[in-house]
Amino acid sequence: MDIVLSNLSPLLAGLWITLSIAVLSFIGAMVIGTVVAVMRISPVAPLRAVGLVYVEFFRNIPLLCLLFLVVFGLPDIGVLFNLYNSAVIAMAMFSGAFVCESIRTGINTVQVGQAEAARSIGLTFGQSLRFVILPQALRSMVQPLVNVWIGTLIGSSLASVIGIQDVTAVGQNLNNRYAGGLAVFASIAGIYVVIALLSGGVGGWIERRVAVQR
Amino acid sequence: MSATRVLFDEPGPRTRRRILLASVISLVAIAGIVYLAVARFADSGQLTGAKWSVLTTPLVRSFLWDGLVNTMKLTVVSGVLALPLGVLFALLRLAHNKALRWVGTTYVEVFRSVPLLLLVLMFVLALPPLGINLPIFWKICVPIVMCNAAVLAEIFRAGVNALPKGQLEASLAVGLTYWQAMRLVIFPQAIRLIIPALVTQLVSLLKDSTLGYAASFPELLRTANVLTARTHTLIQVYIVISLIYVIINLLLSYLARVL
Repeated sequence: MDIVLSNLSPLLAGLWITLSIAVLSFIGAMVIGTVVAVMRISPVAPLRAVGLVYVEFFRNIPLLCLLFLVVFGLPDIGVLFNLYNSAVIAMAMFSGAFVCESIRTGINTVQVGQAEAARSIGLTFGQSLRFVILPQALRSMVQPLVNVWIGTLIGSSLASVIGIQDVTAVGQNLNNRYAGGLAVFASIAGIYVVIALLSGGVGGWIERRVAVQR
Repeated sequence: MSATRVLFDEPGPRTRRRILLASVISLVAIAGIVYLAVARFADSGQLTGAKWSVLTTPLVRSFLWDGLVNTMKLTVVSGVLALPLGVLFALLRLAHNKALRWVGTTYVEVFRSVPLLLLVLMFVLALPPLGINLPIFWKICVPIVMCNAAVLAEIFRAGVNALPKGQLEASLAVGLTYWQAMRLVIFPQAIRLIIPALVTQLVSLLKDSTLGYAASFPELLRTANVLTARTHTLIQVYIVISLIYVIINLLLSYLARVL
């Protein structure tokens, strides 16, 4: 435990990098996921096809494999980003596929009758989306999106494999420097668990706050 | 049938023309992007036959095949071990006894949110000095089982909770004990409900096996990584193994839909 306490500042620096990668990737993933979800439900067939291929590819490729492809592969064809940006881009593309599916599932959980009723009382497409479909769909997306966020946070630990000094990498360094790294790893595991539980708690709170009282 | 389908009126002639126009424009845009990507490859000399044909030599093929076999071994063994453990922790979480429930909940909450890589590093770096030095295969397999058992437990629990309460009540009413009811009535039905989620988790488990990289276990990704150093064909190797992973995972999901 002494190792942890005497090395608080590198650990905090690592934690900051972990959080910043996770947050930036998640924001990117939300943007990508929304765009792809719109493509997947659009009436334009080629866009639907692109959306489908995107989701199937990025949901099924292992994140580490994607990181290698972006970090080590892209420079081969002259596309160069720094390490940090590569990690964020790869993770945003990866999580984007899961965000897209959460959004699509959220919209699909709204019963058909709701849309039919909205249309039959004369609401236009935009109005039924704004007043009837989305308010219900967004509510059911909270929990899945929180899960994607936690997945992004946990996945960000893989950035340490490509050489980013996130909190997992700091743990590895400390373990190499001192004997008895188990306490270090256990503390870092504790940090991840606390953040994940907090996120889950906040998600549950948001869900309860926005829940429809029936 | 989803809500999005009734939101639109059947498109009239003008809308159909617009959709057609949008289709053409997006097709052109997609073709342009593909062309730019291919040009990028060609410009940097990555499209030459020699760069790709390296991958088809018998030596490289058998090397990659060995990696794939190890990946499959890791996936199957981890899956087979994680499933019963998942059931066990689900049962603990569903138990009447408070202490048992606490054990189940703690395990699940912790191992659902610990990064797998951190566990692998513990088994590779931190535990051997303490005398726990497993063979390489188990250094990656045990962490995968620990993490996946937690997620599987949640899936099983969700399946059991999704069944109508009357099922358990009826089983108890006809004189089955709690465990008989679970085994004979609840679980067989719950399993059917959760098959899609189980397959998703199996795909995720296969993806987890790439962390064998961090334990120097020669699964497909590690093999590919070693290969790139030999052949100097980075992007080619990674594209090929990415496609292998994607295709295997798509096949798994497809099989689950058919079965």
